Amino acid sequence: MEQVIANGLYLGAQYALIALGLTLIFALMNVLNFAHGQMYVLGGFITYTVYGQLGLPFVVALLASGVTLAVIGALMEKFLFRTVIRRSHREESTMLLAAATAFFFDAVILLLFGEKQRGVPKIVKGVFNDAGIIMPYDRIVVGALAIVFIAAFVLYMQYSRVGRAMRALAQDRVAAQLMGVRVDRYSMIGFAMGAMLAGVVGGLLVTITGVNSGIGGPISIKAFLMVMIGGAGVVGGAIAGGFILGMMESVGLTVLREYGDVTYLVIFAALMVFLSVRPNGLMGKPWG
Amino acid sequence: MINRRSTLKSMALGAVSTLALAALGISSAQAENKELKIGFVGVTSGPAAAWGTSNVRSMQTRAAWINETGGVKIGNDTYNINIVTFDDQKDPKRAIAGMEKMAQEGVHYVVGPNVDDGAAAVRPVAEANGIIYFPYAFPKALYQKPASNAVLGMIANYQSGPAIYKYLKENKGVKKIAFVAANESDPLSQRDSGVEAAKALGLEIVAQNDTYQNDTRDFTPVLTPIVALKPDLLVLSGVAPANAPLLIRAARELGYEGLISTETAQDAKVLEEGAGEYANGFISVGGASTPEIASDAMKEFVARYTKMFGEYNDESNTKVYALEYIIETLKANPAAINDVAEFKKTMDTFSAPNPFLKGDAKLSYVGTTSFGQKRQLSVPMVVNEYKDGAFQTLFVGSVD
Repeated sequence: MEQVIANGLYLGAQYALIALGLTLIFALMNVLNFAHGQMYVLGGFITYTVYGQLGLPFVVALLASGVTLAVIGALMEKFLFRTVIRRSHREESTMLLAAATAFFFDAVILLLFGEKQRGVPKIVKGVFNDAGIIMPYDRIVVGALAIVFIAAFVLYMQYSRVGRAMRALAQDRVAAQLMGVRVDRYSMIGFAMGAMLAGVVGGLLVTITGVNSGIGGPISIKAFLMVMIGGAGVVGGAIAGGFILGMMESVGLTVLREYGDVTYLVIFAALMVFLSVRPNGLMGKPWG
Repeated sequence: MINRRSTLKSMALGAVSTLALAALGISSAQAENKELKIGFVGVTSGPAAAWGTSNVRSMQTRAAWINETGGVKIGNDTYNINIVTFDDQKDPKRAIAGMEKMAQEGVHYVVGPNVDDGAAAVRPVAEANGIIYFPYAFPKALYQKPASNAVLGMIANYQSGPAIYKYLKENKGVKKIAFVAANESDPLSQRDSGVEAAKALGLEIVAQNDTYQNDTRDFTPVLTPIVALKPDLLVLSGVAPANAPLLIRAARELGYEGLISTETAQDAKVLEEGAGEYANGFISVGGASTPEIASDAMKEFVARYTKMFGEYNDESNTKVYALEYIIETLKANPAAINDVAEFKKTMDTFSAPNPFLKGDAKLSYVGTTSFGQKRQLSVPMVVNEYKDGAFQTLFVGSVD
């Protein structure tokens, strides 16, 4: 059981980090970023190229992933989403745009990086094996880094000027604008941060799970699942959703293994029942 | 006055003119050749893109090679090969659309689809339009009478599995076996036939119901309970090349020390990057590129593929064969070029040298034992063991 809990916690930390960027963009702009998984994949491939192929230090690769995705996110907001939001009052317009960018990224990534699964050398070798728990050291490092990133993100949103401005935007866009918050600027920063988080987590996890051009869609679906559990647009909700999903997956795959692949069936069924009772998820309200 | 600059200019002009004339010469020679369209319907995008991409690139490499060397002579005519491709995105509905496109373009020979449901879905279209197709899918109904237009392009797991388990039982002392498969039709059916084969050999099956979502990224929770059962052999039924290194790595990191095998083709580079030294000893089914058996032609194919696409894919060791079989069978009976009934007649007696293997290996159609008729390419059943970034031949088997 110790191993099952350890697996669940590790998965949870990893999932929470994946969901953070998605929920941030949703909170700020009411945009469901279907390309979130593709951004994760792109971040993974950038780390693969910089660290795995060019042999530069892992930290440099992670930075390259984060910065590249932040720039891409900012450009997407400025030239695509801002324009669409300005010209269309229908929410599905941004959803369609997000879906289109997801397909576009899929095609570009396949073209640039090929069809093969890619991996990089382990950042830390060795396996922790004590007290009934087996956990490779690189997973411990990645799990700890994920928790550090989550904490840093929460603190930044809570105490920095930019974070406060973004929270104000998320709570009430018009009121924030009347109070002098520059909506365009902070929307762009928020989108860039969301994309950067996707890129960083992609770069981080390429050391454990590798990356391939086809996993963007499934990653997005899992991130949506976590956001639905925790409540759309709530940072705490995304974190809670990630840990809940990780734990459910770990426990389900052990307890239900004799019944075949029913773990996700049970998770989806439980989610349907849960959403019918709490349609806004666990913490489904704007920040405040 | 002739100076250095004008001399260089003249030389450059001369060179360009010569090249242009040569190019004109080549293109007019190629233009005289007829065109033979060969189709490909398979998955070249999405999570399973690796399967179809290695297929279509093998065909394109071989076609480019043939065209570059003047085309292929079939009967009295010489043909350039034109590969017509369609990405079915692993969707049976799109596979049907792809096969319909092939029919509209007058294509009679199609490689693919890559998965069971796609291969089953295109059967009516292929049969109605006189198309012979070469799926990489294992359902026996596709190849048994009354079906007659599908030809299995590789070794099926129910053919390689028993041979691998028997070898490991006799040579490595395997007694306990565990199966894990993705929750999709191909891996599940491969797992079921693997379980049957293991039972027939008297092996103790300690796990057979464990499955995972094909898009799983972290397999530790999936493998934790299986590793605790301490099997001697862990079979990754129908595992996709993208998942194999992740499963191997997770099992080894959990302390698993037994053998790991699969009946699908894998890529050494992917294993090296994804699992490193953990992949040493991993057993899979390959084709014709290990140094022990590859001919010079196979080595040239690998070099040309690498030059054309930047990196070779070891899955192509098997997928190099389909186009070769189509061309060689048409050479043996030119009447088959527009008449698949003639092709079927030729399949029963066809035999040609296998250019990709050393020695006097032959290309021929097999499958009588498994399907009751010759509806399978005779591809060498090379069982490989991964070691430090490359495959080594463990043993070579055959199918009749």
